Amino acid sequence: MDVLLFGIPAVVAIVGAIAMLLSRNAVHSALYLLLNFAAISVLYLLLQAPFLFATQLIVYAGAIIVLFLFVVMLLGAERDEDAPHANPWQNRGAIVGGLLLLVEICLLYVNNPGTIPVAVDMDNAFAAPAEVAKALFTTHLLPFEIASFVLLTALIGVVVLHQRRS
Amino acid sequence: MVSTLMYVALSAILFVIGILGVTLRKSALMVFMSVELMLNAANLTLVAFANQWKSVDAQVMVFFVITVAAAEVAVGLALLVMIFKRKKTTDIDLMNTLRG
Repeated sequence: MDVLLFGIPAVVAIVGAIAMLLSRNAVHSALYLLLNFAAISVLYLLLQAPFLFATQLIVYAGAIIVLFLFVVMLLGAERDEDAPHANPWQNRGAIVGGLLLLVEICLLYVNNPGTIPVAVDMDNAFAAPAEVAKALFTTHLLPFEIASFVLLTALIGVVVLHQRRS
Repeated sequence: MVSTLMYVALSAILFVIGILGVTLRKSALMVFMSVELMLNAANLTLVAFANQWKSVDAQVMVFFVITVAAAEVAVGLALLVMIFKRKKTTDIDLMNTLRG
């Protein structure tokens, strides 16, 4: 049962990511990315992180994907350019590098067979939203304030970027 | 029993797909989406280890990563719209005017 609960979202996430990579239409890519984000949010729920589950759905699946779709449709840039890369070695290098990384991951996994079990203890809600909020507003108060400053800076930056120069 | 390593392996696979997206695709929008995918993979690792050690700190960190990602997407897409207005393309190979 555990394996099934993990396996279905994991497979959906990987399929969504690969479909995003291969799809020629940017709108389809954004929608596959949405599928991937939703699957990952289910995994967050399995990892006992309900607060992050909600945040992932609202911020990533809600705001960021909508922003992407909006910009893709605004620009009319659905179609990828068909011309090859300026550097002809880029594609081959990327594929070889990706395969090397995958082999490395497999080696790591073979050398460390899953000996670290995840203690599934649903009664012990160590990361209930209340606990996360307590950590956020006491231990990590300064980073929290800095995060709000980062958001404000981004807001002002976007407004300045789109100012009409007279 | 699903071990933490399974989650780490999944996030590694997603990260590799993100890297492939950044290097293979030509549209700047697709590169952006792949970067988001890589951020998500890293987040998944953090949450998996938070569950492993029963610590809430990693989840707070993921919250900050999501905040910064939102800010990054807003600024990045605004820049992209401005570049598109000027160059009429999202091809990253043509955005080379900063080259020395």
